[in-house]
Amino acid sequence: MPRERKRPEPEAFLPEARQDETRGVGGRLKIFLGAAPGVGKTYAMLQAARIKKNDGEDVAVGLAETHGRRETRELLDGLEVLPRRVGEHRGIKLYDFDIDAALARRPGLLLVDELAHTNAPGSRHSKRWQDVLELLDRGIDVYTTLNIQHLETLNDIVARITGVIVRETVPDSVLERADVELVDLPPEELLDRLKEGKVYVPDMAERAVQSFFKMSNLSALRELSLRATAEGVAAVVESYRRRQAPEAIWPTRERLLVAVGPGPSSAKLVRATRRMAAGLHAEWLAVFVDSQAQRLSETARSSAIDNLRLAGQLGAQTLTLTTRDVVEGMLDLARQRNVTKLVVGKSARQRWKEILRGSIVDQLVQKSGDIDVYVIRGEGPAAEPAPSALAKKPETPPWEYVVAAGAAAAVTLLDFLVSPYLALTDLIMLYLAGAVLVASRGHRRPAALYSILAVLCFDFFFVPPRFTFSVSSGDYLVTFVVMAAVALFISGLTVRIQAQAESARLGEMRTAAMHSLSRELAGTRGVQAILDVAARHVAEVFDSDIIALMQGERGALEVRSASGAKRELDEKERSVAQWVFDLGQSAGLGTQTLPVVNALYAPLTGAEGPVGVLRVQPHSRERLLIPDQMLLLESFAHQIGLALEVDRLQESARQSQIDAETERLRSSLLSSVSHDLRTPLAAIIGSATSLLQDAGAPLTHKARELVENVIEEGQWLARLVANLIETTRLETGAVALRKEPGSIEEIAGSALGRLEAMLARREITTSVPPDLPLVPMDGVLIEQVFMNLLENAARHTPEGTPIAVTARAEKDRLIVEVADRGPGVPPEDLEKVFEKFYHAKGSKGAGLGLAICRAVLNAHGGRIWAESREGGGASFKFSLPLGEPGAG
Amino acid sequence: MPDKKTVLIIEDEIAIVRFLRTSLQDNGFLVLEASNGKTALDVSAAKKPDVILLDLGLPDLDGLEVLKGLRRWTSVPVIILSARGQEGDKIAALDLGADDYLTKPFGVAELMARLRVALRHAEKAGRPENPVYEHAGLKVDLAAHRVWHKKKEIHLSPLQYELLAVLASNAGRVISQKHLIKEVWRESFGEATPESVRFVVHQLRHKIEADPVRPKHIKTEPGIGYRLESD
Repeated sequence: MPRERKRPEPEAFLPEARQDETRGVGGRLKIFLGAAPGVGKTYAMLQAARIKKNDGEDVAVGLAETHGRRETRELLDGLEVLPRRVGEHRGIKLYDFDIDAALARRPGLLLVDELAHTNAPGSRHSKRWQDVLELLDRGIDVYTTLNIQHLETLNDIVARITGVIVRETVPDSVLERADVELVDLPPEELLDRLKEGKVYVPDMAERAVQSFFKMSNLSALRELSLRATAEGVAAVVESYRRRQAPEAIWPTRERLLVAVGPGPSSAKLVRATRRMAAGLHAEWLAVFVDSQAQRLSETARSSAIDNLRLAGQLGAQTLTLTTRDVVEGMLDLARQRNVTKLVVGKSARQRWKEILRGSIVDQLVQKSGDIDVYVIRGEGPAAEPAPSALAKKPETPPWEYVVAAGAAAAVTLLDFLVSPYLALTDLIMLYLAGAVLVASRGHRRPAALYSILAVLCFDFFFVPPRFTFSVSSGDYLVTFVVMAAVALFISGLTVRIQAQAESARLGEMRTAAMHSLSRELAGTRGVQAILDVAARHVAEVFDSDIIALMQGERGALEVRSASGAKRELDEKERSVAQWVFDLGQSAGLGTQTLPVVNALYAPLTGAEGPVGVLRVQPHSRERLLIPDQMLLLESFAHQIGLALEVDRLQESARQSQIDAETERLRSSLLSSVSHDLRTPLAAIIGSATSLLQDAGAPLTHKARELVENVIEEGQWLARLVANLIETTRLETGAVALRKEPGSIEEIAGSALGRLEAMLARREITTSVPPDLPLVPMDGVLIEQVFMNLLENAARHTPEGTPIAVTARAEKDRLIVEVADRGPGVPPEDLEKVFEKFYHAKGSKGAGLGLAICRAVLNAHGGRIWAESREGGGASFKFSLPLGEPGAG
Repeated sequence: MPDKKTVLIIEDEIAIVRFLRTSLQDNGFLVLEASNGKTALDVSAAKKPDVILLDLGLPDLDGLEVLKGLRRWTSVPVIILSARGQEGDKIAALDLGADDYLTKPFGVAELMARLRVALRHAEKAGRPENPVYEHAGLKVDLAAHRVWHKKKEIHLSPLQYELLAVLASNAGRVISQKHLIKEVWRESFGEATPESVRFVVHQLRHKIEADPVRPKHIKTEPGIGYRLESD
């Protein structure tokens, strides 16, 4: 059985910020890491999952490859296995992990085998590790398996050891956020298992298997895995030391800068720098230097930007630098960013160029001053960029060669016409003039073709003996060579000037576009206006149809602005937009996520996360898919996101100022109402009662009646004011409920007692079982509910009719009813009576009593409603939650 | 009439003061007035009133501060005047040693009843207590530990009796939950909660009230405590 070694919790040594990020919201990731296929990772993972399941966790299997092994399959028994996604690729049915099924099921812990797997075309993500990251982002814990050779930064080392190039890689950052469990098996045992046919080896030819599963390879891979695990342990120790005495051990922070170019050698450079940075615990930056003097082809640029992306994935901060002088530009940047170590590849230039112009590395070393320069060997042909799917634009359109040939013919014709009047040397001049014209179209090869054709035509048509390629005098050989050299040189020079002009023009266009966007955004207020400006700009600059989405009031994304014919999104497009918004990543055209849809969805990201989504549907795909354009679009999206956020902050600052003002006004109004109305009322009622009591001067019958009237109405007014104040306090949240377990019997009794005078001429029946449980409530407010209901019943029913108060417990709530035998409430008004300022026909009242009842019960998590009573009359019922059993 | 009792009204609202003054004088009290906290403390020290009516909302000092100041040197009965919804303040005032409270608006009858109860308790203090409470058919003999309702003797558990006895010896005054717990449960008051009080009151009511939902003897003061009715 596999032996297991545990690596400490990685959270302990991740940078603080990252820690909060991963621990706070996301799920936890556990990786079962093995040195090679067959060590028993899936087995170990399933075992661990079974233990979790027995502990009562909600475990589901998203995907587990048993490869038909019985003991592994047996472990799956009793675990819930989610259905796989069935896709079809080139007629072959593919069964893949179904992330949507997993998200719909939402288990606490999900098992997803084979982290490095590449998904079938048409899946949401191109790689399974991206699926896993999404699961984690959405708060699901994941167990997964990984072989060490799939780790991004170890990829080339593994290739060197085993000779097998592994194309499926997983970024190290995924491993870093994971809890890693090493599944270790000594190579001898693994080889035994292989012989017994217990190891499933996918996608490898027999010979490759033979060469991969060699003792030496397996030992080396095992060592790599052990080291990767051990590095985790060392990092824990170091970070602990750092916490203990930060100054003593880490006097300065290192910062690395790596210069990235096109081609796989640069990718290697990036990986090497990443390892260095990890070893030094240093931050690192990667820069792509876009030299104005030597402009790269689109394919090369695309490859360089791919490398820059790789650096970004590996945790570098990435930059693009456009400069005339590569050396000065890079050193300036390094100084600006306090870089301590500069990493460059060994010069890729041919030897003779180096001698002529001096190597960039030499210049860097000379001028670097206190910055260390590390030169790392590149491998293979340096500037041979990998063909990128993004930029397959042909370098030179074929008609440019036709143009070059035509120009050679035209000049020849012209020479032919003027040859009787001019010397041969003058004819050469005309050919050279043609070279400048052809080269000015900006293509190097047609210009070279022209130069050769010019020499040949000159020889054939003009050099005696004419109309043959043979030459009468040896002098002409020198003429031809010089003519060819000068033509080539002139055309080379011209092409370069053209390229520089083009590069400057593009750069200027980019700057101008950014500038004009930010300038207009700066002068725009309001979300709608900002989105309109943004949509218009992006549409113009990227020649696309734009739809801008923002989160609406109910949380869903809504189309807020659009340029172009399309103004609505269908269900599928909406879900892509939502995905982009939730995860803050681009998706769609030109990205790795859902690349097959016809538009690019970019998040509008402010400093505090996504605020919206921009959907860009280009009129011509190729125009948008140029890496430069993609980068520019990203900057645009960021700029717009920031503008939206700034606007929101300003708006919320303004709003909170208004709120504070309103609140101040409201509370001063409240206290003045409460004071200015209550005081005179208290005096009126008190004085009137004083008149009644005055034994010295008894009142006449008439006067007594009038005084009683004053008292009664005064008391009514006082209750109204109390209701008004309570309503306002409840609505503004100014009142905190003083909830404690209370007896509904007591509260009902107290309310009945207070209204004794009003209810004197009525028959009141009460039915409150003596064994009712206590209910958590604010007794004063519930008493007010009772009083309002009783008063309501007394006011709206003829004198003498009975009123019944009943209470009963029901499962988890208490139900109280106040019922009368009056005219009842019209069915259409049963809801409306609880609205503020509702008036029953022909009755007086501010319509506040029942509204406040509803407010009080809402605040208690209860409910109030009215019903028509069988046999006539109205019944008002309210329910109060009983709270947890045992609490009362 | 024997010697007239002196009432100090601490209240800043003239309309209220006017009606209080008239009603009190009509009922045979001598009336002193103070419209702010400082004057109130001075007047009460100089004139030593028999009972004080204290409004909680004063312009200078908080009513509770005035009460604290008074309680440093005198045990004169203090009745709080307050608005509805100020239950927290009422409890605080009772805890600080106020005798009772009146919620505005109130009538003269209510005011006089409270004053009578407060004065009676003040007189009783230091003198041997009247050992028998009797009101509307309920009789509690505090010396003999016996209780009758409608002439029939009623048997109560020790806790029920203690609670009724505390209410009876303070008849007419509001007694806060906290006070009841302290007096009834005494040493073991740590174990008692407001729910325990509710439960005992509930049991008591079912023994001494005709309709426990509409009690005639033990009245509930929501959010505050209980009051045993008296003549």
